[in-house]
Amino acid sequence: MAVQAAAGTPADTVGVSLGPAAALSCRECGERTPLGPVFACEACFGPLEIAYDFPGGDTEGLRKRIEAGPDNIWRYAPLLPVPEDVAAKPNTNPGFTKLVRADRLARELGVTGSLHIKDDSGNPTHSFKDRVVAIAVEAARAFGFTTLSCSSTGNLAGAVGAAAARAGLRSCVFIPHDLEQGKVVMAAVYGGELVGIEGNYDDVNRFCSELIGDPAGEGWGFVNVNLRPYYAEGSKTLAYEICEQLGWRLPDQLVVPIASGSQLTKIDKGLKELIALGLVEDRPYRIFGAQAEGCSPVSRAFKDGHDVVRPVRPDTIAKSLAIGNPADGPYVLDIARRTGGAVEDVDDPRIVDAIKLLARTEGIFAETAGGVTVGVTKKLIEEGRLDPALTTVVLNTGDGLKTLDAVAPTTGPTAVIRPNLDSFREAGLAS
Amino acid sequence: MSVNVRIPTILRTYTGGQAEVSAEGATLSEVLADLERNHTGIGARVLDDAGKLRRFVNVYVNDDDVRFEQGLETPTPDGAGVSIIPAVAGG
Repeated sequence: MAVQAAAGTPADTVGVSLGPAAALSCRECGERTPLGPVFACEACFGPLEIAYDFPGGDTEGLRKRIEAGPDNIWRYAPLLPVPEDVAAKPNTNPGFTKLVRADRLARELGVTGSLHIKDDSGNPTHSFKDRVVAIAVEAARAFGFTTLSCSSTGNLAGAVGAAAARAGLRSCVFIPHDLEQGKVVMAAVYGGELVGIEGNYDDVNRFCSELIGDPAGEGWGFVNVNLRPYYAEGSKTLAYEICEQLGWRLPDQLVVPIASGSQLTKIDKGLKELIALGLVEDRPYRIFGAQAEGCSPVSRAFKDGHDVVRPVRPDTIAKSLAIGNPADGPYVLDIARRTGGAVEDVDDPRIVDAIKLLARTEGIFAETAGGVTVGVTKKLIEEGRLDPALTTVVLNTGDGLKTLDAVAPTTGPTAVIRPNLDSFREAGLAS
Repeated sequence: MSVNVRIPTILRTYTGGQAEVSAEGATLSEVLADLERNHTGIGARVLDDAGKLRRFVNVYVNDDDVRFEQGLETPTPDGAGVSIIPAVAGG
């Protein structure tokens, strides 16, 4: 089936070379489509994913090549839809962030196995979104787009602004008008256009989907819409890094936040690829999805035994996860059930408590999405649903500096004293 | 009731490339049936074999997601805008 270009799509893209990417394949019905800036299957509307022709056979050679690569996601270029010379092109070069062994948090939670935090706050714009955008930039270049755009809850807006600045592309990103101030500043500072939409994220997303089909969107690459098949692959690098940092081993359990569900879905895809390529031993792993109670459509569907996710109107401090109509929700349900995991949620006070718990025990200041994963991990352990004796990796996908509003009301000086020793002693601060 | 239907790119092969078409019907179900009469094949792209909206299709009447309303029985008042949008975006 020929690529059906959106209105205003750059010229014919057949013949585009993006490394091992061979075609687009519908996750729902398997229909294959040539590589291009398309995201939904013409046959069934299902999501298109990258199908690869991976190099076969030489597992050790591939492992050595990866290990010799740069300390960023491009070490995994042979497994991503990017050109071979990707590392030489201007990009933000995210990834290879810390996998922190969290022994103090483990003791606090009663974990006897090893507990790790995959801390993506260390990326160039301080969230995991730099990974997905870096891949999308390469796709945008390949397809000849001149404007990089997205619908965003905040983190993506900053990642797109920064990547576009590095790549010399125009950026114009759309956000809900009521985002946290920190995220607005972090998106606006890169000099692109930042447009507030009077509505929630789902309204913004719908607007962007409609703009793609209109001549007004000519030449625009929306990283999470018409470039979504490429963009989404960036989340696989989280799985690759975690396994490599564990000594080329699969973790037993992962706790992953859910917004659209794309990240969790692609982490699973990455793990399966590593197994298929022989880079890790094939062992069972369980994936747990984490949502905020105020936006928990996937958690609700999981608990109710449904395979359809009924959309909700979000109301939570975890704005980066506030997608009431999650595109990959059904696949998250499939993966949680297939791996023996679960999808769970925590309310806003528990999110704040978890942010402080992680900061207090490990010195990691997470954004609200990290509070959600740590909070859900704690809840799953308390309820006996996550095995405390196994190797567990919990994702922190962003920096707490982005969501200061969430903790500011309950965080501040523990004492205010006069500048003298008597005052110091009276405050009970003496050792 | 005459409504204006916005057609996504991947369905424009059925509408001769038109991004917007008119359709008649007092409910979304009737509007989709009228669309099928005038643009043969489009119905099966939007509805599954059981006659329900496909899992990855979002439909809005004016600015309201029909899943928050009455689904296929959502009223489509005269002059309303109906948007059919692929669901696999965002995040």
